[in-house]
Amino acid sequence: MDMNRRALLLTSAALAANVVAPEAAFAQEQPRRGGIMTVHFPTEQRILNPSLQASTGVYIVGGKIQEPLVDLDAAGNPAPCLAESWEATPDGKTITFKLRQGVTWHDGKPFTSADVQFTAMEMWKKILNYGSTLQLFLDAVDTPDAHTAIFRYSRPMPLNLLLRALPDLGYVSAKHVYEGTDIRQNPANTAPMGTGPFRFVQYERGQFIIADRNPNYWRNNLPYLDRVVWRVVTDRSAAAAQMESGQLLFSPFSALSIADFTRLGRDPRFEVTTRGNEGNARTNTLEFNFRNPVLADIRVRRAIAHALDIPFFIENFLGTFAKAGTGPIPTTSPDFYPANMPQYPFNRAQANRLLDEAGHRRGAGGVRFTLRLTPAPWGEDIALWSTFIQQSLNEVGIKVEIIRLDAAGFLRTVYNDWNFDLATGWHQYRNDPAVSTTVWYRSGQNKGAPWTNQWGWTDAETDRLIDAAATELDPARRKALYADFVRRANTELPLWMPIEQIFVSVINKRLRNHSNTPRWASSSWHDLWLAS
Amino acid sequence: MRVLSLAARRLAASLPTLLIILAGMFLLLQLAPGDTVDALIAQMGGGGDAAMAEELRRFYGLDLSIPAQLGNYLWRLIRFDLGFSAIYGKPVATVIFERLPATLALMTAALSFAFFVGLVLGVIAAKRVNGWPDTVISTLGLLFYATPSFWFGLMAIVFFSVHLQWLPAGGFEDVAAGLTGFARLRDIAAHLVLPTLTLGLIFLAIYLRIMRASMLEVLTLDFVRTARAKGLDETRVMVRHVLRNAMLPMVTLIGLQAGTMLGGSVVVESVFSLPGLGRLAYEAVVQRDLNTLLGIVFISAMLVIFVNFLVDLLYARLDPRIGTGGAP
Repeated sequence: MDMNRRALLLTSAALAANVVAPEAAFAQEQPRRGGIMTVHFPTEQRILNPSLQASTGVYIVGGKIQEPLVDLDAAGNPAPCLAESWEATPDGKTITFKLRQGVTWHDGKPFTSADVQFTAMEMWKKILNYGSTLQLFLDAVDTPDAHTAIFRYSRPMPLNLLLRALPDLGYVSAKHVYEGTDIRQNPANTAPMGTGPFRFVQYERGQFIIADRNPNYWRNNLPYLDRVVWRVVTDRSAAAAQMESGQLLFSPFSALSIADFTRLGRDPRFEVTTRGNEGNARTNTLEFNFRNPVLADIRVRRAIAHALDIPFFIENFLGTFAKAGTGPIPTTSPDFYPANMPQYPFNRAQANRLLDEAGHRRGAGGVRFTLRLTPAPWGEDIALWSTFIQQSLNEVGIKVEIIRLDAAGFLRTVYNDWNFDLATGWHQYRNDPAVSTTVWYRSGQNKGAPWTNQWGWTDAETDRLIDAAATELDPARRKALYADFVRRANTELPLWMPIEQIFVSVINKRLRNHSNTPRWASSSWHDLWLAS
Repeated sequence: MRVLSLAARRLAASLPTLLIILAGMFLLLQLAPGDTVDALIAQMGGGGDAAMAEELRRFYGLDLSIPAQLGNYLWRLIRFDLGFSAIYGKPVATVIFERLPATLALMTAALSFAFFVGLVLGVIAAKRVNGWPDTVISTLGLLFYATPSFWFGLMAIVFFSVHLQWLPAGGFEDVAAGLTGFARLRDIAAHLVLPTLTLGLIFLAIYLRIMRASMLEVLTLDFVRTARAKGLDETRVMVRHVLRNAMLPMVTLIGLQAGTMLGGSVVVESVFSLPGLGRLAYEAVVQRDLNTLLGIVFISAMLVIFVNFLVDLLYARLDPRIGTGGAP
């Protein structure tokens, strides 16, 4: 408990610069029923069912229609949703969920443990990205009665890990919709059916998605809103204009330009904040290809890290929504964040010295050697960051050629063809290092698996720490193992994560009860209401 | 009957072109690194295992060799099957059909606007050549032509939607309101005003210049002098003699630009969030959705052929000396 309170404090301290707390002022207001919520939807999604695909683009829609077993409360602790309670056996191999009673699907059929069993075994374990890794050792889900689901694992599963992963990776789908069909082609994938506060109405590709109030929602008399409309707007500036004209009330997940965040942040009609996205932290990476002998030398990697003036970059390009990172575990995760890890502060002289030591003398025009840098195409910050890397490394005699590719091209070139020297993109931290962080360091990843260790780097000690932490049941010992892991990662530097960011929301101030959990943009919005 | 046989011959002549375009497009897209499964994984944000990627490639038919994939595609095309869209999870024909109304509405509106306003302004400029109306019109035309359409569109949104709040900032219709019938049509029209102006203004400049030059040329021809000598009044000379002959280059241009507009409105569609073919094509390239992209190319090519056919018929009406090619 104490740890959680500290977690909350740390999080609020970290965000103090951006947090305005309107909740207190509106606490006495009577929630208004009705109204239409309009949401900015910047991409074309192939799937809207969060039991099948774990990504923010799915949660922003599917998270209002379907619900997970467990959600997060305001303090970031696991809170009951479709599961009312849970307990684990001491060996960590059996975890029992008591399910909520009296919940019905949007088609009127009752929600039971059979739905949980089917979703866990057929979707989370087989299809859901990150879910298939998390549930790798899930052997079976027993259903002794309609409201009990017993998860049986062949290796110990830390209860805390499961509970922190389930808000994202624990969405339940209806068995009677999917059973006996080809799950990947089921029409419900783009017309999801769930137990949530809003029921799906229509998805008009390239235009909008509509969901209406579910009158039979299990939280009595909720939701407040009549309808949610997601409007597809691909152009960032156009989306900002629609926020201003009132056609959009909410733009989630840093989907506007950095300049517009600053501009709209000064406008009294809007709140621009990272609050409500603490569960979606990311770090900017600098990935090294060890197949290039120059980069396999640790002195060169450290020199590159020392050559980057991170505070300068953040202050001048990213503004208040980013801060210097310290490694793979961000400060937003106080349960695991280790302090005092090895760092690489900006020191150009040190960088030059290391490169000289490594035997790379300056040649013609002061150039020591040339590297190719392949930036990921998502996010304005990555484009700025890659240019900054190019110019910073130029100062220490490393010439950098930037190779820009689109999403498919980037993934193929970097993670499958290994045809890069330096790459940069985002590492997404998902509340526990075991979910999507340690795969960046653990050896033995399948060739072509994006956002994993494809660097040609293997370290037995790192592998040992990662494996031990993944099955360690004691939270304190687990935290210590992850501290050792970060120390090792920051020392060997197979990749460097020097910037930490949280997604930015732009919110029309007519919205009430918004941003009240660490994954609010993904959550169900059952208590959201609109002031007139 | 003659018209029909001409249409059939036109279609037959354009088949080889169509085939080359489709095969070329298919092969070009093979040169881009990554396939539709990579694009899907990029959207998921990772966490998929190798078995899943392999299964997806089989699902999308990407495990076959490139010639086999191309062969399959052409064989399906012969049976009028455009295939299945990877991004949208439904037949390509359906996906494209859903996007056609918005594209055609925008294209028709913008082209008509550009054509008629360009025509009128071109005539005025030609009649007062080197006078102040000519200078004003020509300068404006140049200004419109030189302005990038995305900037023009954004400025129009900022001015008319954000500041004045007269027109909606984007989208094809107001879905939240749930309008029907005439009210819905009015709503769609209101949504199309700004995109039409943005797209039309650039083309307007071209029509205006062409019309002006064409009018000036025709005005110097002998038959105009004859008409005036006959004592016809100026309006009659202008409308019956000059305008009709000066229209020919305009009609040629409209045929050529119908094609450009189908593919060239990606920017306008993005800025105004319209569900048109341009954005669909862009999305198909980014997500490496070959079937959809080839389907769009196919349909656009057919539309261009059709429009050019209409233009040929129009030629014949405007200038009886140009036959429809049926008689010797």
